[in-house]
Amino acid sequence: MRPLTLKRLLWTCGLLAVVLLGCVVLALKLGAVPISVTDLMWDLGRVAVGGSDPLPSEYSMIVFDLRLPRILLGILVGASLSVAGASFQALLRNPLADPFVLGVSSGAALGSILAMIVVPQLALLTPLGAFLGAIATIAAVYFLGRREGQLDSSTLLLGGIISASFLSAIIMFLMTTLAGRDLRGMVFWLMGDLSTPVSAGLRWILTVGLFAGVGAIYTTAADLNLLLSGEREAIHLGVDVTRVKLVVYVSASLLTALAVSASGAIGYVGLLVPHAMRLLFGSDYRLLIPASALGGAIVIVLADTLARTIVAPTELPVGAMTAMAGAPVFIYLLRRGTR
Amino acid sequence: MSAPETSEQKLGEPPKHGRTEPLNVEQASFAYSASARSTPTFTLAATTFQAHERELVAILGPNASGKSTLLQLIAGTIAPLSGRVELDGQETSRLDPRIRAQRIAVVQQESPVVFPALAGDYVLQGRHPYGQGLRLASKEDIAIAENALAQVGAQHLAGRRMAELSGGEKQRVILARALAQQPRLILLDEPTLHLDIGAQVELLECLRELAEEHRYAVVIVTHELALTAEFADQVVLLQHGRCLRVGSPAAVYQRELLEQVFEAPLDVEPGPAGRPRVNLRARRRQDAT
Repeated sequence: MRPLTLKRLLWTCGLLAVVLLGCVVLALKLGAVPISVTDLMWDLGRVAVGGSDPLPSEYSMIVFDLRLPRILLGILVGASLSVAGASFQALLRNPLADPFVLGVSSGAALGSILAMIVVPQLALLTPLGAFLGAIATIAAVYFLGRREGQLDSSTLLLGGIISASFLSAIIMFLMTTLAGRDLRGMVFWLMGDLSTPVSAGLRWILTVGLFAGVGAIYTTAADLNLLLSGEREAIHLGVDVTRVKLVVYVSASLLTALAVSASGAIGYVGLLVPHAMRLLFGSDYRLLIPASALGGAIVIVLADTLARTIVAPTELPVGAMTAMAGAPVFIYLLRRGTR
Repeated sequence: MSAPETSEQKLGEPPKHGRTEPLNVEQASFAYSASARSTPTFTLAATTFQAHERELVAILGPNASGKSTLLQLIAGTIAPLSGRVELDGQETSRLDPRIRAQRIAVVQQESPVVFPALAGDYVLQGRHPYGQGLRLASKEDIAIAENALAQVGAQHLAGRRMAELSGGEKQRVILARALAQQPRLILLDEPTLHLDIGAQVELLECLRELAEEHRYAVVIVTHELALTAEFADQVVLLQHGRCLRVGSPAAVYQRELLEQVFEAPLDVEPGPAGRPRVNLRARRRQDAT
């Protein structure tokens, strides 16, 4: 018997937070213009204590205006997608469930694109469009996945795949109507991209949305452990299944929508990270949700750093990096054995 | 994580809820239909029986006779169309889900484990109805879970993964989780379905002892005629959604009745301690003579 204790929960999260901090420092250091870690730490400390000497403007611009916001965005996006993936896997009792497989990301992408086309001057409406797209898609997929009044996991996944392909077709149709310059940016965005700066307002929405969504899902973590054995099992153990499903579907859709509206469709994160965390720390959702949030942030920060540096000064979309790295790492973790 | 009411009871004992009335199923019926307006596709006609403490009741019948529907009515996950199903004088379907899970434990035919889980942690899930929030296990919860494993003779399995257990071992661990709920009533839906005969007898003997020692009322859904005759105190015989007979195995096991219900030639003989013995009578091929 190895029940989860508060000590183990805090130690695991602390360890992952330290790894994330290390990745952030690495990401700040690496790039087309390399920066010394010692200088970086010294200058960050000097800024923190209110040092009088201003930092060189070029250096300040690279660290604080370019790299740091991009890293913070990566943390928000990675955490959101990973927690959404872990949540869908529990609700649907299917290890393959993921915002992308279920079509939720495609719905969010379509909602974002429609918001961009209809009200291009109101960038803050993009996450709203994405959320409406995501929630409409999961509702449709949920409806498609019902057989004889019961939710059937296989049918639901199939419904998700069909919806994703249908929505992608609509996205392609809409993209052909865009001008050439917009089209290239949109293609890059659809592949998953963190290079496009987001406004301060959107960053606030992402931050508040992440904490609200992850917090809401975390209140159901103990219930999700039981839902893994099936809805009827969970009901027999005192879980209010209807409430838990509603909270988790809405919150996971919100997290997906926020991530997609900021960075497009970054694949594999919602599938890969929860599995990796499960293999490392076990399947208990009370630990898995915060571990997935931190693990997702680590993966995206590392993947984006690679995307910026591997063929510098040319940048790759981070979605391409996660897709390329996802499969081999997943196979490696799987071969290490399950816990 | 534990509720205050567990503090005054011994580990593994069912909580004292103040009343000792048995499970009372009174003229309970149910109907399944595709929609509210369409004709029911299956109907469970009014059924009446009681289950007392220390009693093992078998709901017996062939496939599609309404056994699992009756079990769900008792579990309170569906409400009866007419009549009532009460435990300790309260309608099970109207109980708050957490309170219901503190009083009724259900062991299903299959309890799939999607991701790896240790047997001990699985048993700790039985403490879920007693907690709130994150439900981190207290020392008392761990002691109750360990005691539940010991009661079914499975304490050595605590550190094993569920996926590695044999059918019989897994069924014991699932039963231990039900015991960790410290219920008044334990419901089992075809618990012997995937077990070999040795494991079947072992499980039913274990249930018999638990019911006797810890005052549980136990209701088992089954179509195992021989095992029911051996272990049940009371039999509820169902066919096509109708309750045909309720009583002791000796009263229910009439050859003509069982042959008609199970559509098979059977021999019923009186056995030791007044319990009937059932044997399948091989059909002789007419051309053999």
